[in-house]
Amino acid sequence: MSLYFTKEHEWIRVEGDTATVGISQHAQNALGDIVFAEAPQPGRRLRKGEEAAVVESVKAASDVYSPVSGEVIEGNQAIADEPALINTDPEGEGWFFKVRLEDQGELDGLMDEDSYREWSSKL
Amino acid sequence: MPEAPDATTLTLPLDSWHRARGGRMVPFAGYEMPVQYEGIIAEHLWTRENAGLFDVSHMGQLMLTGTGVAEALERLLPGDIGGLKPGRIRYSLLLNDAGGIIDDLMVTNVSRGSDEAYYMVVNGATKHGDIASLRARLPDTVKLEHLEEQALLALQGPLAREVLERVLPGVPDSLSFMQGTGVEWQGVMLGVGCSGYTGEDGFELSVPNSHAERLAEALLADDRVQPIGLGARDSLRLEAGLPLYGHDLDEQTTPVMADLGFAISKRRRVEGGFAGAERILAELADGPVQKRVGFTVEGRQPVREGGRILDGEGNEVGRVTSGGFSPSLQRPIGMGYVAGALASPGTRLTLEQRGKLFAAEVAPTPFVPHRYHRKGA
Repeated sequence: MSLYFTKEHEWIRVEGDTATVGISQHAQNALGDIVFAEAPQPGRRLRKGEEAAVVESVKAASDVYSPVSGEVIEGNQAIADEPALINTDPEGEGWFFKVRLEDQGELDGLMDEDSYREWSSKL
Repeated sequence: MPEAPDATTLTLPLDSWHRARGGRMVPFAGYEMPVQYEGIIAEHLWTRENAGLFDVSHMGQLMLTGTGVAEALERLLPGDIGGLKPGRIRYSLLLNDAGGIIDDLMVTNVSRGSDEAYYMVVNGATKHGDIASLRARLPDTVKLEHLEEQALLALQGPLAREVLERVLPGVPDSLSFMQGTGVEWQGVMLGVGCSGYTGEDGFELSVPNSHAERLAEALLADDRVQPIGLGARDSLRLEAGLPLYGHDLDEQTTPVMADLGFAISKRRRVEGGFAGAERILAELADGPVQKRVGFTVEGRQPVREGGRILDGEGNEVGRVTSGGFSPSLQRPIGMGYVAGALASPGTRLTLEQRGKLFAAEVAPTPFVPHRYHRKGA
């Protein structure tokens, strides 16, 4: 299992060819109270960098971009039912979607956990 | 992410006080202001149940004095300023000559004896324009002073009255909704008005900058008080159905379109004589082309400012001017302008935001009932 982060504050946990995507602790803290989340439907094909999900805090709407290309295997129904999960457990129960990785090479250039924490702590 | 302050962003007297309490500072109306401390929803609900302390020192505090002030103001505002008794507050609107709203404001008659004086609170983002407009349009006999040495705090919520009683004994009991007074505290004069922007009972306190922190500390020392940021201020006022200047009101909007007819006093409806009176009185008689309404949205996703409002055939009939998630009602609410024929509560609307359609319904406002302290209540 490998964990990667993007500069858009998404995390990607890779197990075999399955990647689970969510937003980071830093991102949920910056957004504040989350009141709505919408994950993509299974079967949808995402391209790297494409808008994949929506997350809305009390103040504003934000897009979640897919850090990798592939077909959506599952969207997390729990965050639609209880958006506050993204605040309380953003890098665990508050995941957004799982995607079947098409190109492992797309993971190159993403940050590992230490680099991301270091980088985001300075923002 | 909060933007870095640019060179023109100013700080308020309580800046370091906010930061020390975990306030997340963002640029707003030209100042660094706290958008939240603990979190918008928690702060919102705290204010509905206890007492919230807001720093609204960005707002413009003006003092207008001189013989004939009330009469002069009545040419620019549609309210009965001449009939406003000393110690009374009125919500009013600064109008342009076409009847459009330059700003919304609170005016208090602070006259003593035969010396006429009116204290006015205007919006932070518009204060400099308001001052310019007032100076240009009021006669030279009226003196306008911008009270930049005063901070403004608001204490709002069902326990605000009990809390303030401990800091200013006897003052809350002397004030019902839309009444104000002056009181000495720790060697300085405070202006205290029973008003606010949350729909709750509460007070606004004008305090010299030198004593702002001391007053904030004295109020916050009470366990029933928490500091509240701008985020919750916005969600509270939206639930209370109160418009926000620059979003729900602008210079193209008239008081009748904005459903603020209550601010056009009876005598003024008969006599006219205020900026834009011809148009405004005609709109009162015939109904406005567009009208501000509140609406609820099905589902959980908020439809925000800029969303399009469509009729049954998909024609655009207006725009959303404020929209968000109501922490008290746990659902999305908003306000916007629709054609007069679609303004009745219960009317079904379709909203469009980023290509997605939402079912909505015109709702009576306030969404959450006001709980003002009225005389005899």
